[in-house]
Amino acid sequence: MKFSHKNLLGIAELSQSDILTILNLTNNFRQVLDRPIPIVPALRGKTIVNLFFEPSTRTATSFAIAAKRLSADIVNFAIKSSSVIKGETLLDTAKNIEAMKVDGVVIRSSYPGAAHFLAKHLKAFVVNAGDGAHEHPTQALSDIYTISQRIKKFPDLKVLIVGDITHSRVARSDILAFSKLGAKVAICGPPTLIPIGIEKTGCEIFYKLDHILSEVDVVVALRLQRERQQVGLFPSIREYRALYGLTKERLLKLRRPLIIMHPGPINWGVELDPAVATTPHSVVLEQVKNGVAVRMAVLYALAGGETDAKG
Amino acid sequence: MPRVVMKGAAIKRALVRIATEIKKRNKSIEDLVLIGIKRRGQTLAQRLAKILADGKKSIPVGAIDITLYRDDLQLIAETPIVRGSEINFDINNKVVILVDDVLFTGRTVRAALTEILDFGRPKSIQLAVLVDRGHRELPIAADYIGKRIKTEKTDLVDIFVFEEDGKEGVFVSKCPNQTKRDEI
Repeated sequence: MKFSHKNLLGIAELSQSDILTILNLTNNFRQVLDRPIPIVPALRGKTIVNLFFEPSTRTATSFAIAAKRLSADIVNFAIKSSSVIKGETLLDTAKNIEAMKVDGVVIRSSYPGAAHFLAKHLKAFVVNAGDGAHEHPTQALSDIYTISQRIKKFPDLKVLIVGDITHSRVARSDILAFSKLGAKVAICGPPTLIPIGIEKTGCEIFYKLDHILSEVDVVVALRLQRERQQVGLFPSIREYRALYGLTKERLLKLRRPLIIMHPGPINWGVELDPAVATTPHSVVLEQVKNGVAVRMAVLYALAGGETDAKG
Repeated sequence: MPRVVMKGAAIKRALVRIATEIKKRNKSIEDLVLIGIKRRGQTLAQRLAKILADGKKSIPVGAIDITLYRDDLQLIAETPIVRGSEINFDINNKVVILVDDVLFTGRTVRAALTEILDFGRPKSIQLAVLVDRGHRELPIAADYIGKRIKTEKTDLVDIFVFEEDGKEGVFVSKCPNQTKRDEI
């Protein structure tokens, strides 16, 4: 059980055993979070920078809390008051931050491959906290950890991801993560929001929700990214809700319980009904809670000890 | 060839004697809880609890893994495995008996003390070890010692218990490669 990567760039780079190592570590950190004093000194003296070029509440805060729980110092980089506004490039920004003796960089960017680019140029470890529509590995790891708390055997598991697959980095990381653990993954959404070539990842594609919904154990509802919907990829929000929304009526028709996940932020009444999110089958807030433990596991695996591992 | 320092019977006798000393010093076993340092210390703590309880009231036994509290995390080449701590009872105002197999530099015990204090504020913490092999690097002493043994600093002291290893005994051997030691 060891994790021999310098960076966490995507689920694509991880093996099944890497994923299991992180899940196992997460379990230990999950216990730490329940202690009266939920802080361990493991990363004392390490400094990590949160480099977020896109808005985020959950992920940035989650990384910050995770770092603090490990006794690392974390610096939040505020984009609006930085020199990025003056036109500084990504590499210059990162190089300057690294020159201040930083051990790790957590990056969120709207450009796919931004984390990979930084990893190539920095000695500090890099964690991808979302790069465009490419990957969001820590979200996927926290999704599979949340499922592993309820269901032990991944090979028997059927997972459905519903919504805007094209613009979703969570969808890509989730498909890879669940598949690597042996689960069957299906995706469902309007044809205009299903990317070309996605079937190469081994997932099945459906365009009608009701039928496939009755066959799966877990459903991941994705946020309808309205900020990216100016070009008219579907007729209206109302129609989207009618066809792909996880409504109370739709779920009541199912014979068996379903675990409901959402990476947040939620468009209430569009992809997910408020009545559904408050049922015991919804694990939305568990995902957030586990997210801290997962990020502790990732930071510990990357920053703990001196490693000269590649990739 | 490893030198045999204790056999199964000697380990048993040592634990019974430690149990007697614990009872003598603490008068009542009501407030006692045992915490073993993973992994051999956990096994020894469980055995000690059985002897102390004497078939009557059971004594809570927990286990801690000190990995996240090590003072040499920066120096180790590879991220060490974390096994997790299990203390599923309240330690506030309890007398904690911390149990480990070998007392050596004292660094493990230092880490364990820090970790225990993150779980609460016990009335006191007492240290019980099966073997004290000397060479302390921190000002730490055990309250209960099964056996004191003379060792060179580079010697390896191996403890085997049935529950973990399928055999029983304490052995001392010369370290084949002195620079490769990374234990604390």
